[in-house]
Amino acid sequence: MAAGVAAWLPFARAAAIGWMPVANCPMPIAPRDHRKRHDELIILNVSGRRFQTWRTTLDRYPDTLLGSSEKQFFYDEETKEYFFDRDPDSFRSILNFYRTGKLHYPRYECISAYDEELTFFGIIPEIIGDCCYEEYKDRKRENAERLQDDQDDNKDCKLPNMTYRETMWRAFENPHTSTMALVFYYVTGFFIAISVLTNVIETVPCGATPSQKDMPCGERYTIAFFCMDTACVLIFTVEYLMRLFAAPSRYQFMRSVMSIIDVVAIFPYYIGLVMTDNEDVSGAFVTLRVFRVFRIFKFSRHSQGLRILGYTLKSCASELGFLLFSLTMAIIIFATVMFYAEKGSSSTKFTSIPASFWYTIVTMTTLGYGDMVPKTIAGKIFGSICSLSGVLVIALPVPVIVSNFSRIYHQNQRADKRRAQKVQKARLARIRIAQTGSSCTGFLQSKRNDLLNELLELTGSEEEEQQLNKGMSLLESQHHHLLHCLEKTTAHEFVDEQLYEQNCLETTIQSYTSHSPSFSSQDGPIGTCCTRRGKMNSPLPNSSLPLQPSHQQGSLQELSALHIQCGDKLPHTTSRSSLNMKTDDVGLINCKGSQITTAIISIPTAPSDTTDGGGLHGPPQRRPPPPPTGPQAPSINTTASSNVIKVSAL
Amino acid sequence: MLNMVWETEGLQTVGIVVLVCASLKLLHLLGLINFSEDSVEDELELSAVRHRPEGLEQLEALTRFNRKELQILYRGFKNECPSGVVNEDTFKDIYSQFFPQGDASTYAHFLFNAFDTDKDGSVSFEDFVMGLSILLRGSVQEKLNWAFNLYDINKDGYITKEEMLDIMKAIYDMMGKCTYPLLKDDTPRQHVEIFFQKMDKNKDGVVTIDEFIDCCQNDENIMRSMQLFDNVI
Repeated sequence: MAAGVAAWLPFARAAAIGWMPVANCPMPIAPRDHRKRHDELIILNVSGRRFQTWRTTLDRYPDTLLGSSEKQFFYDEETKEYFFDRDPDSFRSILNFYRTGKLHYPRYECISAYDEELTFFGIIPEIIGDCCYEEYKDRKRENAERLQDDQDDNKDCKLPNMTYRETMWRAFENPHTSTMALVFYYVTGFFIAISVLTNVIETVPCGATPSQKDMPCGERYTIAFFCMDTACVLIFTVEYLMRLFAAPSRYQFMRSVMSIIDVVAIFPYYIGLVMTDNEDVSGAFVTLRVFRVFRIFKFSRHSQGLRILGYTLKSCASELGFLLFSLTMAIIIFATVMFYAEKGSSSTKFTSIPASFWYTIVTMTTLGYGDMVPKTIAGKIFGSICSLSGVLVIALPVPVIVSNFSRIYHQNQRADKRRAQKVQKARLARIRIAQTGSSCTGFLQSKRNDLLNELLELTGSEEEEQQLNKGMSLLESQHHHLLHCLEKTTAHEFVDEQLYEQNCLETTIQSYTSHSPSFSSQDGPIGTCCTRRGKMNSPLPNSSLPLQPSHQQGSLQELSALHIQCGDKLPHTTSRSSLNMKTDDVGLINCKGSQITTAIISIPTAPSDTTDGGGLHGPPQRRPPPPPTGPQAPSINTTASSNVIKVSAL
Repeated sequence: MLNMVWETEGLQTVGIVVLVCASLKLLHLLGLINFSEDSVEDELELSAVRHRPEGLEQLEALTRFNRKELQILYRGFKNECPSGVVNEDTFKDIYSQFFPQGDASTYAHFLFNAFDTDKDGSVSFEDFVMGLSILLRGSVQEKLNWAFNLYDINKDGYITKEEMLDIMKAIYDMMGKCTYPLLKDDTPRQHVEIFFQKMDKNKDGVVTIDEFIDCCQNDENIMRSMQLFDNVI
């Protein structure tokens, strides 16, 4: 339960009156409010600055330092206040968390100091509200990266036992790791540059020889250029194959952008090799040569800035799309208008609307070549409106793109949006675990505890009872009572996920064997709603045990319901007989109170090897750890030291 | 020829008209001229509705809480809703936090309607505290009356099976799906049948307020459970 709404619990409980006429079963007894509830002001002295708040405000979050009894360690008897020797500025935001239920991260605060304060006061940072969470995460990541960089500088990061393949891959990805990698990096860079240069120079007209007219260098020195091209392509091919070999996931590598660029860069050469001397496709072949220019994109492996530019464009896709769309709209509108405006004038260049597109684009981007100009007055008016609006339409999305680029560049962004999604999910999962730990699972836990309490009351062991009653604040007990009432109204019970799935399994597999006959007769005197309760599985006490596998099979096996008998005898004497007590006592129990919950204990079919029974195996953290039990054997063991008999239910 | 002249002249006129309109609009935008009387922007639209409750004395007279209790209630109320009123979404949010395993929004909707006695779409502190006063300090008759009001969704004085089924489904929704025994689809319906068998004395298919109160007063369980929350505040 989010303790921020603790103040509304009385309302929720009052509203439960709406369930009462509908319920068929009697309701559980409400928890008593023993303490006289007086809301008092608490003084918190943090390094001299005094904060005051109501006690109930702090009680909202009982799993933090201030909300639990842990703060008693800091109580100063003489001044009747709680003294904390911590930073008062950070304490402000922590106290505000109790007041408003939202934790904020102040920007001026250092991230590690803030984290320390949170840890001291027992607050998990995932609770930070959405308004401040981005900032918090960014700062935290920067800090972590700073630490990581420091570490990286210091240590020698070559891991032992890396396979040859892994070494190669690392060398390809980080050229700084070894000299070989650096050499390779520079060599490939050099050859990319050479390749691009040759492509360019190929088309430059070389000096005219007397015999022929001006021809491009490529046709003059065909052999030389061909050799150059071959060399470059060879290098690129070798590089590609080596990367393919070293890649940890070949399929992934082949789908990545860089490898596609590599392929596109070297493809035309091979195609050209294949289909030389074929006149028909030589035209297509020439076009293919255009793709050689893609080799320049291979530089992006060498330049971080280029990669960031590409990433920026990708991330600004929506702004770019908007720009494109609005431009297209405006072009069409103005082209139409200009066409009709200029239709009247003679010898006009605006022969059709598509022909006017060119004029509109040139005007809107403020190029103004002047090859098409309007001659009529209307045309001139609309033309000027066109150029004015062009400036506006283009100027709008550009700053967004620019700021995006600068932000990304400065942040040196590595994680892409998908990783951010995962972090969000992980964060929500953590909050859910931490918080629902005190809600529904807390409720289920308390039901087990109630079971235990009953047993202990029956066996009269007080010190165990006190141990178990700790940690249950009044608020929690009232909330659990509310949930209990709901269970009674609907005559169904809350169970946790695990159990629910087991139940589904059981009903579908139909492997749920019947109860042992000696106890099925107990169903008689009990009312319908309670019978259903009687069949409740509660292997939960065992779920905290490491004997998980045994428990799983055990629950599918023979399970039976047992009402806890109010035996007068101490269980360690004739407890077996107490288990087999007559059913007429069961009716008595039900009248006694609705607090008695039922438990499932697998009754061993061979009772001979046991001398004791009854009692339930409590959660291990409150008791000495149980002696290990075999998976199938009906292990019932006793501890001679205490009055309580433990049975490990299978 | 004439057509062409008209075309060019027509377009010229259009162009000039567009220019004039655009410049007027620009001047209006710059705030230099005003077209209509009420064009003064009422930018200061009223922010979120604020509500201040009546004084403590009046509330003390209207409800059965004493001063201190009202103080505590108001502090809690104002903490969750600083503006002083609860709208339905906030109400559903708050109520859902008490039932993490299920979906409490439908039942919260019915509760909201029951608390919002003046039907203005929001529950103010007075509504809240008067509802609580009936539920926690009222006589059994008043509580049963309130419950009847809750079940009677359209407030026509009769509870029909459909209304009851809606309420029942809302209650069962709060349990969620992880229950023991497994919730079947017709469990609410069966529950409604049981309810009607018990309550509908003259078997006319609806439950009136008298039948309801009579039947509840004769049922010991219900009587006892009505007293359960008397010491909540």
